[in-house]
Amino acid sequence: MTADVLMPASPAEAVSLFGDGVGTTVIGGGTVVMPEITYGRRIPGRVLLLSNAGLDGVTIDGTTITLGATTRIDALAALGDQVGALSTCAHNIADGEIRGQATVGGNLCVSQGLDAPRGDLQGALLALDATVRSAGADGERTEAIEEFLSHRAGRLVLDVSFERPAASAFSALDYPHTHEYTVLAVTGVRAADGTIRLAATGLAGTASRLHAAEALASDPTAAGAAAVGDCSFADDALASAWYREQTLPVLVRRVLNQLEESA
Amino acid sequence: MNLTVNGVDTTIESGPLTSLLDVLREELGITSAKAGCEQGGCGACTVLVNGASRRSCLTPVASIDGAAVTTVEGLGTPEHMSPVQQAFTHHYAAQCGFCTSGMMMAAQAYIEGGGSDDHEAIQEALGGHVCRCTGYVKIIDAVAAVARGESFDLSVTAAGTAMTNIGGVA
Repeated sequence: MTADVLMPASPAEAVSLFGDGVGTTVIGGGTVVMPEITYGRRIPGRVLLLSNAGLDGVTIDGTTITLGATTRIDALAALGDQVGALSTCAHNIADGEIRGQATVGGNLCVSQGLDAPRGDLQGALLALDATVRSAGADGERTEAIEEFLSHRAGRLVLDVSFERPAASAFSALDYPHTHEYTVLAVTGVRAADGTIRLAATGLAGTASRLHAAEALASDPTAAGAAAVGDCSFADDALASAWYREQTLPVLVRRVLNQLEESA
Repeated sequence: MNLTVNGVDTTIESGPLTSLLDVLREELGITSAKAGCEQGGCGACTVLVNGASRRSCLTPVASIDGAAVTTVEGLGTPEHMSPVQQAFTHHYAAQCGFCTSGMMMAAQAYIEGGGSDDHEAIQEALGGHVCRCTGYVKIIDAVAAVARGESFDLSVTAAGTAMTNIGGVA
């Protein structure tokens, strides 16, 4: 292996070494990149290994919760009393060993897989209307996660923040196997001001907000039907587009009913 | 780089992105951790890193520089097997044996973490490990028996038949 491996010892050093990100492979937990290297799908020339960069940790400041980029997925499972849906969503990912290694930043930045969308946390963080702080060619930037996901290439995630919601709910299709990526999952959030936000993971590509369904949130059945019109559905190794289209309304309905029960 | 492998301080010569699995098997000749899927999907390569069960195939060795790594070779010897090894033997919790090392290391982490004999909790703890022979029932029985603090008569199986095929054990 001849890759140039850099191991920053602080967030500032990580930002400096990342620069504009061109030609740099970032490794957080390694759960995605290591197999790509092993199987020869990726031959990195320059690697930024973040294990000692000090970018991990969960901080709670009043109602604001901030997740450092290299926070392990299993640390989110402990946030159940703060934001139940994120905790449930995190626990739904793979198994305990992977959750102990995979990172929040990696989950946000992961590219489309060979045979399925990846990035299981994205839907939950979209529903939470999280903001992402990242560094890159034009310096540091803080923006809505929806914006970030649309142009994340060349960015180094530093942390992700969101406001503790009044209530949250999560519903997912069962996995055929522990290690599959999310087949389809919906997260719903009722913000402190009563606004309802919905987002889905596993449709096609990155996760997406379900705006049409949100507008009909007081009627779960109508919202479920409306969600279908908001989305495009992909055929892949995990499920057919037809199956996803049939089941999305069910998950939307379940999530809205859960939110209503918690009112 | 340095690792403490099964209690022995060891200097690592492999490159920084070499997986811990390859360091163990190729550089150090420690072969209990198996190269199964090499993409985190099967659990056959699981070892303990600072006491936590981790997929060695997903771990760049530089990311754990200085860590303590434990493999099956560090649990016990054929003459003095650890409780998990004894339980797997007594319960015949291995068929082809390819998943067994990973299963035992996940079981070891579960037991060290104070895990109970609750079958659902054991399934959750071993949930990332695939047994292609589908011998899950005996594996879970074995882990539950360790959690209960049972001791094991290694001359007979849990089914009461005479034990065969265990080298080194009378």
